[in-house]
Parts: sequence; C-alpha cells; structure tokens
Amino acid sequence: MNSPRPPVVVARQLTKYFGEKRVVDGLCFDIRQGEFVGILGPNGAGKTTTLRMLVGNTPPGSGELSVLGYAIPVEGRTMRARIGVVPQQDNLDIDFTVVENLRIYGGYFGLAERALKVRIPWLLELAALTDKAHARIGQLSGGMKRRLSIARALINEPELLVLDEPTTGLDPQVRHNIWNMLRQLQNEGLTIILTTHYMEEAERLCGRIILMDRGRILADSSPQVLIRDHIEPHVLEVHGANAENWRRSLVRLEGQRCERVGESIFHYGDDLETLVRSLDSWEGVHYVYRRANLEDVFLKLTGRDLHDA
Amino acid sequence: MLEAARRWKSVWRRNAWVWRKGARTALLGGFVEPLFNLLILGFGLGSYVGRVAGLPYLDFLAGGILATSAMNAATFEGLYLAYTRMAVLKTWDGMLAAPLSLADVVMGEVLWMGTKSLIAAGLILTVLAGFGLASGWAALAVLPLAFLAGVCFGSMALVVTSFARSYDFFVYYITLGITPMVLLSGVFFPSDALPPAVRVGSECLPLFHVVALIRPLLAGGLDLALLGHVAVLLAFAVSMILLAIWRLECRLTQ
Repeated sequence: MNSPRPPVVVARQLTKYFGEKRVVDGLCFDIRQGEFVGILGPNGAGKTTTLRMLVGNTPPGSGELSVLGYAIPVEGRTMRARIGVVPQQDNLDIDFTVVENLRIYGGYFGLAERALKVRIPWLLELAALTDKAHARIGQLSGGMKRRLSIARALINEPELLVLDEPTTGLDPQVRHNIWNMLRQLQNEGLTIILTTHYMEEAERLCGRIILMDRGRILADSSPQVLIRDHIEPHVLEVHGANAENWRRSLVRLEGQRCERVGESIFHYGDDLETLVRSLDSWEGVHYVYRRANLEDVFLKLTGRDLHDA
Repeated sequence: MLEAARRWKSVWRRNAWVWRKGARTALLGGFVEPLFNLLILGFGLGSYVGRVAGLPYLDFLAGGILATSAMNAATFEGLYLAYTRMAVLKTWDGMLAAPLSLADVVMGEVLWMGTKSLIAAGLILTVLAGFGLASGWAALAVLPLAFLAGVCFGSMALVVTSFARSYDFFVYYITLGITPMVLLSGVFFPSDALPPAVRVGSECLPLFHVVALIRPLLAGGLDLALLGHVAVLLAFAVSMILLAIWRLECRLTQ
C-alpha cells in the first residue's frame, strides 16, 4: 500500500458484554476508504454485534470507535446519514410497492422528493428491478428482495456500505448475482464491510478478511496472505469407508500435517503427489487434492470446522 | 427542533401512508362500533335512566363513547400494530439503520397514534352533530383533545408493548387495565356514584380526565376550569413518552 487513504472506521479495544458473557473482546482494526472487508467467522463469533456497534445501534461496553470521523455511539444518528446498512433479514415494508419503499426510506434521510425522483430510477436499474417498480414486496423473489434491500441502503449515496450476511439463505445463482452487484459498487469506489460465514464469498469478494472467533480477531489480512502465512499450499482431503484403514497403512512422512475433522482426513503439505498415488490401490476411498483455501486456515486457527463451530 | 420534527414526521408519514391504503375498512370500523354502542345503550338504557348529571342520558353517554373510542384507536395502534412493526416486520430496525434515533421513532409513532385518535373522534363528532348531540363551536375543541388523549394512551400502550413477547400479552393489559378504566372513568355513569375511596382512585386514571373534558365541550361549555384536566393529560403524556423511550431503548439497543 503506497499512500494511506483516510480511515473510515477506527476501532480500539472494542468490547461488548451480554450479561457476564464477553461477546466482543478487545477488537482493534482500521478500515480505509475503498476497502472491501469481510468479517468472517462462525455463528456466535460476534460478527453481527460488531456491525451493530459500528452503525451505532448498540453501545460498546468499552473501547473507542469512530466511523467517518464521528464518535460512536454518541454521533451515531448523524453518522448514519452517510452510510448504508443492509440487514441480515430483509425488513422491507410489505405494505408498499418497490418504489414506495424507496420513497419512504428516502424520507427517513430527509431527502427531498425532487432528489428521489432522480435517484430512484438509477437504483432500480442498478438492482435490475425497473420492471418491478410497482410490484408489491410479496410478489418479489428472495433475490429481488435482497437486491432491493441493497438498493434501499444506497438511497443516500453512502460513503460506506455495511452488509450483515447478505447472501445467507439464497440459492447459488442469486448469490452470484448479489456478488456482481457488490463488486460493481466497489469498483465505483464504495467502502464495503460485510459479514459472512461463507468462505467462498469472502475469498472471492474481499480484499481483506478479518477472521473472528469467540469475540476475538484471529487473523486480519488479504485472503492470499492468510493462506500463504497460515497454511501449507496443498491439501489432500480423504473420506469414505476405508479412509481410516488407508491412513493407518501410511508410513509417517516428513513435512506433512494430518488432521481429522468429522469423517474426513486432511493432509497438508508442499507436495502430496506420493500420497495421492498411494490412494490408487484403495477401494472405498474418496479424495480431493486441491490448493489450500480459507476454510483450511480457519480450521487450523480455531481447531474446528466452520459449519459446526 | 425543526430538524427533529422533520425526523418524527418521516416516521408519521410512513404509518399514515399505510393507513391510507386500507382507509375504507378502517373508517368503517371506526365509525360503526361506537355508533352501535351509543345508539343501543343510549336509547335502550336512556329510556330507563332519564337524565344523568343534568343531561339527557344519550347526551351524557356521547362524551364517554367519544373519549373511549379515541382511547381505543391509539391503544390498538400502540399494542398490536406497533408490536407488528417492532417485532414481526422489523420496520423499526429499518428506521434505526437510517439517521433516526429510537426517540425519533417513538415520537413519530406516538404522534401517529394521536392522529388515529383524532380521526376516530372526528368521525364520531360528525355523527353526533348529525343527531344534534354536539352543539356549538366549542365542540370542535374535542379534536385537539382527542389528539392529546391519543398521545397519552398510545405512549402508555408502547410501554406495554416494550414488555411483550407475543400478542397474547396484550390481553392482560386490556382486561386488567383498559376495561376497568372504562368502567371507572365516568363513561357510562358519573363517577360520583362510586364509593368515595374508589372515586379518588378513578381520578388518577387518564381516561377520567379525557371524559371530564370532552363531555362539557360537547354540550357547548368552554370553561377555564377545564385547563386543570389538560395539564394532567399533558404531564401524563410527557412521562409516558419518556418511559416508552427508555423501555424500548432497553429492549432494542442492548
């Protein structure tokens, strides 16, 4: 990074308790203008609570937080005039049509009807909802609702977009659709923060990943650097009825790491070709030989699988 | 202050817009039920009762029914509809993601509840005027009072809603709070008829003061002594609004 861009979010020792439980535990991070940051972690890692503090919807227990130069939560309301928020669950107004939703929401920002007349058609086009302008929310598919939620968050031309698990519960095609929309927004210079528990989503979209578990930051860098620094380059994943027998037959090899997660056996190393070939003589064994990815990093750092964490 | 009013209005406008979409049914309901009560009780009971507190019973009852309808309109809005917006549709979450604070949302909601009471009172007043039960321009003062009553009962309902985990919870408030209040506030009979101890208690109920204001105004009497009741309602409204904001902050921003 050459000249540092101005920070959009500054968090220092950010902590939050629910009763006795520390759900967010001493987070420190800066997010700079134009970054696309993914906060990645299992359910209960503290991702949503972190986002809620960030937008000023819940006060931190302790620590310092500023967004766009505003002290949070004190100046939260004023700050929210300059950001967009997409919630985990759509909370579109089901009594209204698509356009009416955008008009009402613009009203919350104090935007003039005249300005909205220009802004709304542009947002409908961005969300590919121009044909549905006068449809009721109940007539929209899940993907359309999600796109409308994102469009609604852009009504005020925000400098920062915050999304809480934007593609959870959507089918794969729709997910790609949302990803395209977000990538387009980033190309236009928008700073974006999203939470997700999908590795693929984080790896594809985010220039930077903050990996969280149990309220703490485990790692914070680009997906490539995370993978390079924390994990061997190749992975052999073996499962099937005979997998365990195969493993026992192996002579211990240097420069390799082996782990069991659930029914699968994972071998990590620089070159696992010999191991792969050893599988040829086994029946009832399935395997994948691949490059290491974020999920492997997560597994190593937390010692558990993301999905059953 | 002007800027705050602008924010409250954006919340108010959302509710008003939804209401307008279903206004025909809403108007019919707001019209028919109090009218039934008034005519059936007024003529039925009235034929036995004769004059009450110096008024023909139908005239006496008119003020009580109008006050009760104003209360019901805001109460329903503050319980069932506000709970739906808060917990089911998450409309408030959407508002709180915009540059609105929880206090802005509560103020917008409460002003809308006042408006609902105003609409209810306006409908009944029209009917009463048609029957010759509202005489003189003083009766028009009923409208801003109905608005104030709506703010009182709406904010009180929001306090109840802040504790609710489902719609069932509201049954307690209605059977233990609202229904006894209607019976004790001089709606159907003058509160003088109550035992002295109960009577003193009934004067602490907000509906008592609403009825005490509306009844003389319908009869055409403007009296400075009525300002005492207005002061009580204003104080009640302010405390309930503050309580509702505090309670909902506990619930929604913890």
